[in-house]
Amino acid sequence: MRRLLFLVLFSASSVSFSAQNLIYCSEGSPSSFNPQLVSDGVSMNASSQTVFNRLVEFKKGTTEIEPGLAESWTVSKDQLTYTFKLKKNVQFHSNSFFKPSRALNAEDVVYTFMSQLNPKHPLSIPQANYEYFKAMELDQIIENVSKADEQTVVFKLKRPEAPFLANLAMDFASILSAEYAEFLIKSGKGLKTLETQPIGTGPFVFKSYQKDSTVKFTAFENYFKGRQKIDQLIFSIVADSTVRTQKLKSGECHVMSEPQPQDLENLKANPKLKVLSIEGLNVSYIAFNTEKKPFNNKKVREALSLAMNQKNYIDVIYKSQAQAAKNPIPPSMWSYATATAAVEYNLEKAKKLMAEAGFKNGFETELWTLPVSRAYLPNGKKLGELVQADLEKIGVKVKLVTFDWPTYLEKSKKGDHQMVQFGWIGDNGDPDNFMNVLLGCSAIKAGSNYARWCDQKFDQLLQKAKSMTDQKKRSQFYLEAQNIFNQEKPWFPIAYAKQNKVISTLVQGYKIDPFGHDNFEGVSLK
Amino acid sequence: MIAKIFKILLSFLFITLVSFSIIRLIPGDPAQNIIGERGASEERLIEIRKNLGLDQPLLMQYGHFVLNALKGDFGDSISSKQPVIQEFKVLFPATFELAATALIWSSLLGIGLGIFAAIRRNTFIDYLIVSVSTVGFAMPVFWWGLVCIFVFAVQFMLFPVSGRIDVIFDIPYATGFYFIDAVLAGDGAAFLSACRHIVLPAFVLGTIPLALVTRVTRSAFIDISKEDFIRTARAKGLSSSRIIFKHIFKNALPQILTALGLSLGHLLTGAIMTETLFSWPGLGRWIVTSILARDYPVVQAGLFYSMVIVFAVNFTTDEFVKWVNPRLKESL
Repeated sequence: MRRLLFLVLFSASSVSFSAQNLIYCSEGSPSSFNPQLVSDGVSMNASSQTVFNRLVEFKKGTTEIEPGLAESWTVSKDQLTYTFKLKKNVQFHSNSFFKPSRALNAEDVVYTFMSQLNPKHPLSIPQANYEYFKAMELDQIIENVSKADEQTVVFKLKRPEAPFLANLAMDFASILSAEYAEFLIKSGKGLKTLETQPIGTGPFVFKSYQKDSTVKFTAFENYFKGRQKIDQLIFSIVADSTVRTQKLKSGECHVMSEPQPQDLENLKANPKLKVLSIEGLNVSYIAFNTEKKPFNNKKVREALSLAMNQKNYIDVIYKSQAQAAKNPIPPSMWSYATATAAVEYNLEKAKKLMAEAGFKNGFETELWTLPVSRAYLPNGKKLGELVQADLEKIGVKVKLVTFDWPTYLEKSKKGDHQMVQFGWIGDNGDPDNFMNVLLGCSAIKAGSNYARWCDQKFDQLLQKAKSMTDQKKRSQFYLEAQNIFNQEKPWFPIAYAKQNKVISTLVQGYKIDPFGHDNFEGVSLK
Repeated sequence: MIAKIFKILLSFLFITLVSFSIIRLIPGDPAQNIIGERGASEERLIEIRKNLGLDQPLLMQYGHFVLNALKGDFGDSISSKQPVIQEFKVLFPATFELAATALIWSSLLGIGLGIFAAIRRNTFIDYLIVSVSTVGFAMPVFWWGLVCIFVFAVQFMLFPVSGRIDVIFDIPYATGFYFIDAVLAGDGAAFLSACRHIVLPAFVLGTIPLALVTRVTRSAFIDISKEDFIRTARAKGLSSSRIIFKHIFKNALPQILTALGLSLGHLLTGAIMTETLFSWPGLGRWIVTSILARDYPVVQAGLFYSMVIVFAVNFTTDEFVKWVNPRLKESL
């Protein structure tokens, strides 16, 4: 009896997959399945990236834009009118209580945008924050969205906005079904159901979700780009990265998110696994609070920058899984200033500048260290310790301070800090999305300009660049702006971290995404 | 009777007050967390707080919380927007299933080992049990769990690395307890999968209670065996097994039960490390992630639950102990 029990318990230990189940070990639970309301990568992977499509989309693995639900589009000369022609016969999913009666048409697109733009729209969700829509300022940019005919939609803008098309490729701009929303109101289920039972046009149909456990999807039979090869897509939620790694090794999942940099060497050596890397669309930095003494003195900022050993940080903190940063935007982005000199490490020069600035004997200050592990900076505390040791050499005594995440955000947005670690992951691949958000004058009030640095000339260049669509001309302005940044040094730029994913060699067709999404369209198993 | 009701009411008010205020005393609020690294104007922050219902005066928010809590309604989670009670109903069975399994094996084994060590006092085997249980008691759970995963799940592939059941199963929700639901669904394979998944986490979670119960049982046994009435029993010529199980065990039981009660309270409220490591969808991780996200309704409900559990477990243990040993009625 005992032997029998033993046999039953231990036989077939590793999970056996039937060939059509792809299992993805994800790091957290999605907060919602309505792409208009989510702002974290985990939720986007489970909603917009699987269940939905957008008018235009980022070509897989790049920041380039390609047609999605729109077949084609035109832009008026004054750049205030965008007209989109929709593809025909794009079907929506159905679920246990809703069957769509029609294919996608202009109504759905109008509903998608007008419900976010106008809180009085009958299908707008009461008390919804529409966080991303507003963060990209679309509430101030879009005047109106209207239907010209069944398959044509017209966007009227209040001002020209160069990154507009790229904004429409972002997750929050996923196209929802107007028919479904109306049905939810009529049937009394309410618009809240959009957050738990999504209906989209995407490659996978939402099946079930269990908090902190699994999200399941099945292939959509009538997907307009053709049915997927995998039958079932399963997100297995595993919070700890070491455990995710072990699950991948034991064959319990096929793809894992967010591996730790120190595990990569070991994983690369495993013949059953493949490590994929791509230059990330991010930057990490230490911001000097330029509103406070002594950081309002450019010489002090320069001296501190010279005393920090950037190369060492890349080796120790990122295990070389990053590139040394020198500009506020990453190198994969157009208009990146390649001519900028690399960050210099020179203690003698630093000491000289300190003396010139009147701090021959150094000073005491604080550095706030990032309390969470982010894709752009895996270990803020460790980095803080290295910086502390470096600055000690020019007489600057650094006290390391940290808070938990919401407190850290609140205090640094108010400008309570002296030096603070931060970073940014790009939303849409446009330089404006880095430079204006992080260093523009208006971003001081908004809180995301952590250096609290307002340079009129720099800011004017950004505003000019934003108002035109010609990429060559815009590049000129951004190059000039980066030049000013490098002379003024409001930040010490640290690194552009690489994006890493680890997949089983059984997985075919998976492409790593510069925005950090996991998208399983076109992926299959051997 | 009235005094008892009054006491319970007072405890309830105290519990709600603590769970309501403690999370609000920490700086940083849900609106900041929603915005993240991004910037937002003051007006936007106010708008978000208003949408979350956080613009009302604190006293009113507290009043709402208490009145709704009495009705069993703890509001909606800020991050998932789902009713807190609904999330609780799914997560609690997971926590309970794991805690019960861990406590059952660890108490049975712990009592056995404790008695064994007490009988063989000052022998090699006693020293071994005492020193191993000392180590077990001080075991860092996170490290211990990882070691178990490396050895039993990855190296020898005996058990799955993590999770509560194999992801391919879809057992319909009836009670939330997978053992019961799998049986109700008549799915033998799912039941076996649930069994195989609980072994490692229950083993790791039970390690500290095992050590605790072993030590408490051993010392209680040794203390009581020195008492006069045991000496009398021996002198009377009673068999040693009768002495051990009838006389000593019965008198040691109150101490053991108290230790078990304490452990159960811990297991039901604080299995955060084990839940994180084994991706166990339970309450501990839910509460901790909610604190970090300043998800007030969830934290309130979580703290409320934790305190109720601690109260309830202590109360039940005391009653149980009184029942086992009526002599203690006075002193408790």
